[in-house]
Amino acid sequence: MLVIACLKQVPDTTQVQIDPVTNTLVRDGIPFIVNPYDTHALEETLRLKDSHGLKSVALSMGPPNAEATLRKALALGVDRSILLSDRAFGGADTLSTSNVLAAAIRKLGESEEVGLVFCGKQTIDGDTAQVGPGIAVRLGYSQLTLVDRIEKLDLDAKTVTVRRKLEGRYEIVEARLPAMITVVRELNRPRYPTVPMRLASAKAEVESWSNEQLQLDVNSVGLKGSPTWVSRIFSPERQEGEIIGDGLNDPIAAARLLLDRLVQGDMLSV
Amino acid sequence: MSEPVKVKRPRGKARVIAGKCIACGARCQSVCPINGVEMSEQGEPVIETAKCIGCVKCVKACPAGALEMFYTPEELAIIASFEKHGGEEIDEEELERRSRVAAYKGVWVFVEQNDGEAAKVSWELTGVGRELADTLGVPLSAVIIGSGVDHLADTAFSYCADQAYMINDSVFRQYRTEPFLAAMCHLIEKHKPQVVLMGATGMGRDLAGAVATRVKTGLTADCTGLGIDAKGNLMQTRPAFGGNIMATIMCDRFRPQMATVRPHVMPMPQQRQGATGITIPESCPIPESSIFTRVLEVITDKGGKDKVDVAGAEFIVSGGRGLMAKENFALLEELAEELGGVVGGSRSAVDAGWLPQDRQVGQTGKTVRPKIYIACGISGAIQHLVGMQDSDVIVAINRDREAPIFEVATFGIVGDLFEVVPALTAGVREMKQLRS
Ligand SMILES: Cc1cc2nc3c(=O)[nH]c(=O)nc-3n(C[C@H](O)[C@H](O)[C@H](O)COP(=O)(O)OP(=O)(O)OC[C@H]3O[C@@H](n4cnc5c(N)ncnc54)[C@H](O)[C@@H]3O)c2cc1C
Ligand SMILES: Cc1cc2nc3c(=O)[nH]c(=O)nc-3n(C[C@H](O)[C@H](O)[C@H](O)COP(=O)(O)OP(=O)(O)OC[C@H]3O[C@@H](n4cnc5c(N)ncnc54)[C@H](O)[C@@H]3O)c2cc1C
Ligand code: SF4
Ligand code: SF4
Repeated sequence: MLVIACLKQVPDTTQVQIDPVTNTLVRDGIPFIVNPYDTHALEETLRLKDSHGLKSVALSMGPPNAEATLRKALALGVDRSILLSDRAFGGADTLSTSNVLAAAIRKLGESEEVGLVFCGKQTIDGDTAQVGPGIAVRLGYSQLTLVDRIEKLDLDAKTVTVRRKLEGRYEIVEARLPAMITVVRELNRPRYPTVPMRLASAKAEVESWSNEQLQLDVNSVGLKGSPTWVSRIFSPERQEGEIIGDGLNDPIAAARLLLDRLVQGDMLSV
Repeated sequence: MSEPVKVKRPRGKARVIAGKCIACGARCQSVCPINGVEMSEQGEPVIETAKCIGCVKCVKACPAGALEMFYTPEELAIIASFEKHGGEEIDEEELERRSRVAAYKGVWVFVEQNDGEAAKVSWELTGVGRELADTLGVPLSAVIIGSGVDHLADTAFSYCADQAYMINDSVFRQYRTEPFLAAMCHLIEKHKPQVVLMGATGMGRDLAGAVATRVKTGLTADCTGLGIDAKGNLMQTRPAFGGNIMATIMCDRFRPQMATVRPHVMPMPQQRQGATGITIPESCPIPESSIFTRVLEVITDKGGKDKVDVAGAEFIVSGGRGLMAKENFALLEELAEELGGVVGGSRSAVDAGWLPQDRQVGQTGKTVRPKIYIACGISGAIQHLVGMQDSDVIVAINRDREAPIFEVATFGIVGDLFEVVPALTAGVREMKQLRS
């Protein structure tokens, strides 16, 4: 039985900055990383490989340089790493992204039964949390989002029981396999690659599938298959605040001044 | 240049405007019909001018405005002779698409509820939904799916809805993706709304992503702004790249246009007690035996040690790494208590174990919109700002004048929080004494 992790390679958005003059994104030297949540999806995949003897696969749709992400997955111990890359896949929104990922999973399922697919809760660049549900619906899998604990996996009964982390509450949910699970950070602590595995992975092969393998209608993938499009990008407007008093030398006076301003402006009433 | 019988209007060539490409994932390359775009290592396009046929597809596809058309001097000369001609023509395919899209009418808000209690975000959405519906001149409908939820229709009417689609059936007692997905898709196919809004909550995101996939339409996540453009399409503005940029997303060729909005991003509308509307009973029979997902247990935090609702508070005093230690949060507690508010914090404070996770404000925490947000010893990382920048008033206390928090603050005090915060607390106490 297969357990699959979906990994997206993303720019490290914590390092992205806006050029104050041109108002554009400064990307020079910004490293690409594995989407942080996806490292937890990968870790869970590896744990199930270790504990239940499942065969693990890492999948990523992206440009050729996303191979780096898949190589890391090999270094951590996945059995197969597959890059889904094709010019036709470029510019995808979540609907066409889930189409490609679901097609790849379906194809893997032709030779071996798929038990579980793990995705991150969301990415740090697109940040939509929509790809996981998209995969589940397309494949007719059980959909379990925001999972912070796998309570039980019963391969004979073909069920999985998880804990979902929602606003102010947890839900213990049992569902039928195959299931698509999106994971939060609390689920596990991702492992680090060992030196021998890293060395071995340098030689291991990242497979690459294009649309030749997946045979999807070109109008259903990439930009063409995307109902949404970005019409404008701009930097968030911010009006510079007003500095009140001299807080470094006279904090008490500054505090008074601030309270006066708040009360006068009807922003605070005591 | 040879002299063709019929001179075609030159279409120009595409070129890259330096510094504007954001490496969005090769949208330009994917649309070029003649494979005239190569991507560099940095993910930016290189256009083969000789190959370019000037179809403008890449320019239109680029979300960053990083591509433009230009004309060679020869082309410019030919254009001059074309000046009088012009006018856009609409082909048949386009006409058919327009009529298909026009069949969808109305604005819908999915009412999220738990045990018959509606999530507040639902009414924040009927508030903004009302504005959209009025601009479009269409009705605003609430979609209520659950068990024992009849009373929610009146609440929806009191929060601006004209009508309510109601599915009341025991199979919907607890939220599960499969039955809710089936019910939502059934209603959408039957009544064809043009806009569907849902809260960007755990439940809303779970459902919206599934529905959009099944009805094969676009879904824009976590919108902070919604508007209608001149053609009546929904303009959906949302932060991306961790809040570093804002993007306006369109879904003009597909219906319904779906969007999720985080709680507290839209203001809560005024409730109009006694307002009435039309309840439209619907059904979507799903036998329990056909559902393979079961909620075995729900564990609520209610009554637990920490039931402070940061997201709903009117006054928030927030602390970051500048607080230095857990004990020091007592300073913030004191000020919060005087103001009748609660204490929140940055992820650094939460990661350090100084605050429980549900007090975290920001991209991976709560979005808040209090009357006053006081940020103490918080630098103002973008991930924090996206969670609190819509607060009515933001006060920043930081000893570093260059801290980015001052860029969003209404008022800032550059100083040591260990001096400023107690002074504020004392000041509020004094004002209260004067009053009484
Ligand atoms: C500025 C901007 C705004 C955008 N806004 C929207 C929008 O509102 N709606 C929309 O539909 N699209 C939007 N997109 C497009 C969206 O970012 C892409 O579709 C992207 O490929 C997937 O979406 P995501 O990053 O949000 O993934 P999420 O849905 O947040 O990802 C969840 C999980 O799915 C898996 N996953 C996602 N992508 C891949 C992949 N390529 N390969 C392997 N696994 C993957 C990972 O496990 C990931 O953790 C936007 C793009 C930009 C540049
Ligand atoms: C994917 C992702 C998601 C994230 N999500 C969130 C999120 O949801 N919420 C969030 O907050 N962060 C989030 N972060 C983390 C974020 O990037 C920052 O690291 C974090 O917000 C910084 O916290 P801070 O401001 O408390 O600490 P710092 O950045 O260390 O700032 C401390 C500030 O305190 C000031 N200071 C120190 N001593 C004093 C004093 N005595 N008096 C006055 N000022 C003082 C300093 O000048 C400094 O500006 C996320 C990061 C990532 C990568
Ligand atoms: S204008 Fe058309 S032909 Fe020229 S590079 Fe752009 S997409 Fe290709
Ligand atoms: S479409 Fe625009 S932003 Fe995207 S890669 Fe091409 S030039 Fe860069």
